[in-house]
Amino acid sequence: MKSTTNRTMSQNHPEPQTGAPNNIAKPFPWHILFFLGPALLIYISISVYPLLDTLRLGLFSEDETGATFFVGLQNYGNLLFNEFWSEPFWNALKNNLKFFAIHMALQNPIGLLLAMLLSSPKLRLSGTYRTLIFMPTMLSVVIIGFVWQLLLSPLWGISEDFMYNIGLGNYFDAWLGKESTALITLSLISVWQFVGIPMMLIYAALLNIPEDLTDAAVVDGAKSRHVFWHIKLPLLLPTISMVSILTFVANFNAFELIYAVKGALAGPNFSSDIMGTLFYRTFFGFQLQQGSPTMGAAVATLMFLIILTGVMIYLFFVQRRIQRFQL
Amino acid sequence: MCISKIKNHLSRLTKLGLVATIFAAPLSNAADKLVIESWRNDDAKIWNDVIIPAFNKQHPDIKVVFAPTPPADYNSALQAKLQAGTAGDLITCRPFDTSLALYQKGNLEKLNSLKGMENYPEVAKAAWSTDDGNDVFCLPMASVIHGFIYNKEIFKDLGLSVPKTESDFFKVLESIKENSRYVPLVMGTADQWEAATMGFQNVGPNYWKGEEGRAALISGDAKLTDPEYVKVWDFMAKWAPYMGRGYQAQKYADSQNLFTLGRGAIYPAGSWDITTFNDQADFEFGAFPPPTPDGQKTCYISDHTDIGIGLNAASKQKESARTFLTWMAGPEFAELYANSLPGFFPLANHSVNIKDPVAKEFLSWRGQCKQTIRNSYQILSRGTPNMENQLWNVSVQVLNGTMKPEDAGKEVESGLKAWYPPHQ
Repeated sequence: MKSTTNRTMSQNHPEPQTGAPNNIAKPFPWHILFFLGPALLIYISISVYPLLDTLRLGLFSEDETGATFFVGLQNYGNLLFNEFWSEPFWNALKNNLKFFAIHMALQNPIGLLLAMLLSSPKLRLSGTYRTLIFMPTMLSVVIIGFVWQLLLSPLWGISEDFMYNIGLGNYFDAWLGKESTALITLSLISVWQFVGIPMMLIYAALLNIPEDLTDAAVVDGAKSRHVFWHIKLPLLLPTISMVSILTFVANFNAFELIYAVKGALAGPNFSSDIMGTLFYRTFFGFQLQQGSPTMGAAVATLMFLIILTGVMIYLFFVQRRIQRFQL
Repeated sequence: MCISKIKNHLSRLTKLGLVATIFAAPLSNAADKLVIESWRNDDAKIWNDVIIPAFNKQHPDIKVVFAPTPPADYNSALQAKLQAGTAGDLITCRPFDTSLALYQKGNLEKLNSLKGMENYPEVAKAAWSTDDGNDVFCLPMASVIHGFIYNKEIFKDLGLSVPKTESDFFKVLESIKENSRYVPLVMGTADQWEAATMGFQNVGPNYWKGEEGRAALISGDAKLTDPEYVKVWDFMAKWAPYMGRGYQAQKYADSQNLFTLGRGAIYPAGSWDITTFNDQADFEFGAFPPPTPDGQKTCYISDHTDIGIGLNAASKQKESARTFLTWMAGPEFAELYANSLPGFFPLANHSVNIKDPVAKEFLSWRGQCKQTIRNSYQILSRGTPNMENQLWNVSVQVLNGTMKPEDAGKEVESGLKAWYPPHQ
């Protein structure tokens, strides 16, 4: 059908057709549709459609009977400029940036260090260590939250005794309960939980580096630190930057740990409130606060935009400059 | 009905999921099976073993199923089920706006004409009535009373007596701190809600004179910066030295354990704690009402209407459901409920004989003190910022010593001022 129309059209306008092959009728590529269709359908219905609908919902508002009406950008105006919305919003964003900064500062270096240690041929039982270090990543966040709360509890926890025994007893405090330390403590718990991921990915990348390269360098007189800085690290950079962007996306979508440990009000005084908990309170409501799906959608959209911006910056300024080496 | 409701509602996000749920849900027409939605999963045993069998003795033809959801998920889960048309016939109602919103969306049936509703005083119905008081949409079930629970053995060992006034209260705390290794006041601020609920709303009514102050706050005649409110936070600011070490990280369950293990003397309580303590504490405990400011004769207690039960407007078995609700309004249910769940006090006018000594103690305060409900629940938590959340936040900060009592009042008042005309 399509091919016939094509042919008639080309007969009416014969002149600029470039080459003969274009005129040959190709059968419609059904197999592409057949193979892509199911995945595309699932992707559109559970990912693209909800995302677009969230963007749409953020432009609406709702009255007490549940009826929705279009309000344009009013929700965003409220979120950014009405002090009772904007203050929690900026606070959550600031906390989220801190949360991310602590992850970046610790997770990658520690992951790298662990991977280097694990890949050392002199290390015995490296498989056991690898499994143990990766274990927390596979545990439920609820368990992680519960275990750490118990460990750090001033009432039943072992950390106080532990610190006392190493002579630091005076420095013990109710870290999870203080405004100044709650977020940092939670970030550290999260780093502890997820450090297995950078470790595994970097470890895999390390194993891929051919020994000829390092051997050649050693023969040329390179010390092990030279081998690390000038051979291994440059070859690991693509992996490290990929881990970083995964961490960025995961951190700005984070919610579970804070919710499991501090609840949706993310106290004290919202010092551990991040975008995920702010969204949860807004969308589902909390205690006497009624949930607002429309305002929640606006918060979700902003979260999406923040992550999008971060990923774009990464793609344009970092990804392009990374040199890749054919090994 | 279900389909049109879905169209009205906005959660297109979950539309696909909801459609699937509707097709998957059995459209049960077995005319006499009632399902109760509730957040009281702790009570499932009592409903199944005591209350429902008692009802079935009179109405063997109506089958009742108690289907609770965990408390923290209840509101959102219920919302989703109502939109999908899969919610149960009887719906346990949170007090005030959460249920009012359901009524306004047409999810709850009007219950003005329910037989048995006349057994309840106006104040009990207020939590489930429209603002003008014309329509009632849930049957009041139970209230909880605030006070302090104390370890009688520790009091006896140290030769202490129950404090009546604020200065007595601090004398007792000081004496426990001086003369023993027990934690004088068992409360933490990590979960935040205890600070507002067991702290502010527990001891506050004595200062703002109960209902009088609550009404004045709603009408705008009183402000949270007024001395009667700041004094409550002043009082609480002095608690910190008597709370356990690291109380900032102490959660509600930690406090319960600390007290039931016998390591603490006084526990700011809600009457619902009695059930837990009966199970876990192997010492005798008693209760005393919130201490009054020195020199004040009248005492006030928070006797908060906490649980009601309503009828799902989409229920297919409204007649059976009404029969059940009418039975719940009667004396038999009141007696059963009050004695199976000591600490939840029935709201109907029937005289109920409560056997649990501590619950009886709590209930006896109704005769000595004037009653009120939590001041943030009616109307005042409707706007942004949410007053209840703010009360949690500032009360925690006052207890943690990171905020001055005056500033606590200022912060909550400025929140109220932002959206509530009588305070502008």
